[in-house]
Amino acid sequence: MLGDNPAGTPAAPGVFPLPGGRKKVGSVSDPSAWLQLSHLLLQDPEPAQLLPARQQMAFTLGFHIILVPFGVAFTFLMLIANYRSIRRDDRTAMLLARRWSQVAAVLFAVGAVSGTVLSFELGLLWPGLMGTYGPAFGIPFAIEGLFFFLEAIFVAIYIYGWDRMRPWPHFWTGVPVVLSGVGGTLSVVAANGWMNQPAGFTLRDGRLVEVRPLQVIFNKAFGYEAVHMLLAAYMVAGFVIAGVYAVGMLRGRRNRYHRLGLLIPLTAAAVATPLQVFMGDVAAREVFQNEPAKFAAIEGLAKTGTHVPEVLGGAFVDGRVRYGVAIPWGASVLSGFKPSTRIQGLDAVPAQFRPTDRAVTMVHLAFDVMVGVGFTLLGLSAWFAYEWWRRRDVPRSRWFLRFTAVSGVLAVVALESGWVVTEVGRQPWTVVGHLLTRDAVNRSGNLWLFFGATVAIYAAVGAATIYVLRLLRRRWQDADAALGRGVEGTDVGDADGFVPYGPSRARDAGRERP
Amino acid sequence: MSTFAAVVLFVGVVAYAVLGGADYGAGFLDLTAGGAERGKRPRHLIDDSLAPVWEANHVWLIFCLVMLWTAFPRAFAAIMTTLYIPLGLAALGIVIRGSGFAFRKVVVRVEQQRVTGAAFAISSVITPFFLGTVAGAIASGRVPAAGYGDPIRSWLAPTALLGGVLAVLAPAFLAAVFLTGEARLRDDAHLEGWFGRRVQVVAVCTGIVAVAGIAVLRADAPRLFDELLTRGLPLVLASAACGLAALLLVRRAAPRVLQALAVTAVATIVLGWGVAQYPYLLGTHLSISEAAAPGATLWSLTVVATVALLVVVPSMALLFSLEQRGRLDTH
Repeated sequence: MLGDNPAGTPAAPGVFPLPGGRKKVGSVSDPSAWLQLSHLLLQDPEPAQLLPARQQMAFTLGFHIILVPFGVAFTFLMLIANYRSIRRDDRTAMLLARRWSQVAAVLFAVGAVSGTVLSFELGLLWPGLMGTYGPAFGIPFAIEGLFFFLEAIFVAIYIYGWDRMRPWPHFWTGVPVVLSGVGGTLSVVAANGWMNQPAGFTLRDGRLVEVRPLQVIFNKAFGYEAVHMLLAAYMVAGFVIAGVYAVGMLRGRRNRYHRLGLLIPLTAAAVATPLQVFMGDVAAREVFQNEPAKFAAIEGLAKTGTHVPEVLGGAFVDGRVRYGVAIPWGASVLSGFKPSTRIQGLDAVPAQFRPTDRAVTMVHLAFDVMVGVGFTLLGLSAWFAYEWWRRRDVPRSRWFLRFTAVSGVLAVVALESGWVVTEVGRQPWTVVGHLLTRDAVNRSGNLWLFFGATVAIYAAVGAATIYVLRLLRRRWQDADAALGRGVEGTDVGDADGFVPYGPSRARDAGRERP
Repeated sequence: MSTFAAVVLFVGVVAYAVLGGADYGAGFLDLTAGGAERGKRPRHLIDDSLAPVWEANHVWLIFCLVMLWTAFPRAFAAIMTTLYIPLGLAALGIVIRGSGFAFRKVVVRVEQQRVTGAAFAISSVITPFFLGTVAGAIASGRVPAAGYGDPIRSWLAPTALLGGVLAVLAPAFLAAVFLTGEARLRDDAHLEGWFGRRVQVVAVCTGIVAVAGIAVLRADAPRLFDELLTRGLPLVLASAACGLAALLLVRRAAPRVLQALAVTAVATIVLGWGVAQYPYLLGTHLSISEAAAPGATLWSLTVVATVALLVVVPSMALLFSLEQRGRLDTH
């Protein structure tokens, strides 16, 4: 049988009760459970594999997460351009859609393989997580696998179908790409949310004996984390692509191609940004409610109390945030709408589960960076909206274009920061209240070698990706220049350069082969 | 229920062995296609055939991993903690391979194509080799149920190495047969002959290794050997017969028949491994039912697998059919 008990042993309750209901992780609601766990902890010195495993996971995930928005949201921008091109017979939009699909193809390939590495790493680095919690944690991944399948199939059909399908059917083959991108994101975030607020399983003798799949998927962190990540994906893709065309316009290429290339993604990003600021606020309050330990790290709050100030910047040293700017009562008012709101500090977390000062500083600063960037981009969105409302055109101000040019980098920084907040903010837990990261890690082998090889390969792949994208850009610029293409009216048929998957006709014409 | 989950998992393994395998094999042929000028045309055909489908084929690997860790978490952890060296190398090989292939299609200068192409082709050999050693190590029972087995001797062992070599050769055979068929469909007699010769060479090599493998299995993995010769015998014979038929008919049979024979040859031998191993997941020490996740998890996976059957399979069929149609259009 599953979860077989040795004869005679009564089925003991899990080492630690589920943090179900309103029970909070940071609050010491069940001291005996904490003691049991801390006992285990003291017996167990930190394995040598912990640091390299965490570094590697952070590095590979940090790499992969940049590619995610391009699979999820960039494909949506591509479809907008495609739709516009068919609806209004707009050849510039067609050219954009086509070129974007080529960029998406390269980024999708790199994203697919770097995502595969993450699947391996879940086992290679964290067997303690997968071996025990796989039956629960794995369910959202199974659903994600389904979406990934569909995405991979329809990305190929869409890119391959440019010269082979009629316009509308071809457009519709792109729709499953966008939908499965959304579905895949939701699934992966469900898994991540489950680690933050685990639910839907019963643990007995170190094994899962019962799983309630719907509770696993729709855990309490799922909703706001998923929307937050989706909006982040649309912001990153929107601002990065808009930034590319802003650079082109700053260099004097102010034709319709560039204006439209900036307009479509920037509009999407400018719509997503205010929603994201609102959503971030909701998410922060949810974290305050349900993940008090993480919230204490975000605020850099050592002592539980009311009238807590919001400290911007600074570093967490010796139990308080130094060198920061404090807004009196800020944190309390933001979390509970009144100064008397009580916020749990790190003192509510048992000493052995308290994050290190460095981790607290990191989470605190990452949160500030994320929020700071969010508001900066909100400013850019407002500027864009105002100018558009007044003149119905892309603002021509150089400062606006400069701002847009760096907005993509800022959005990526915010994405990475937000990810640091949720992941580092969860430490020392992998599954909050159930599994410590040190107990999840692989305990054999020298993981530094694996990490070193991974960094070297990823560096090469990252550099090659950038090189290849620049190569495509140069090729397109040359093609445009050769045709004297600039302002209006472009002939898509000549613009192929090369389609990564696409029709061999374009490929045959475009290059020589080894 | 757990058996059903194991069957679904193994369907993924077979699909990956055939579809992913054909892609790896194409990489092997790419690697051995000679210099830039000489290998130009075969490489072109390889690119054309692989480009639209390799990512979708690759997802089968993710499918297997996810099925394994969700439905059989103990086995997954045991395999990962024991065979982390070949698995880690395979994972890195996958990165190099996929990105090398994607990049090669964009760069135009010959020396850049050479670098990216070599990255793609070399990792197309390394990756299946290591995955094959993993399969061999599992099949010969070298992964302890609790995991953390010998990190070296678990896969630097006769059956594991046999698995590795076969995982390179059998896909190469499959790919050569496929590409011969494709060349014929394009009325390219020169390429057809080129790939046809590869079929013969690779088939002979695979045959020799397979025959030698009988002795290896007998000495190194007696249980697997016995089961292969009893329960698995029909499948082993079918595989040998199809492989032989594909070899003999390579210049005569219709391309689709030829390709079907090669697919059957690979699928049946992988299936034979699965049948021989049943009802165990690891050696004879961890059975499928012991390793299985709770019922609700298996039910969820069943739902996901059913949806996959209803949605993914038709989509994949659409992709393959569009690929075929498009190819005919451009020529």
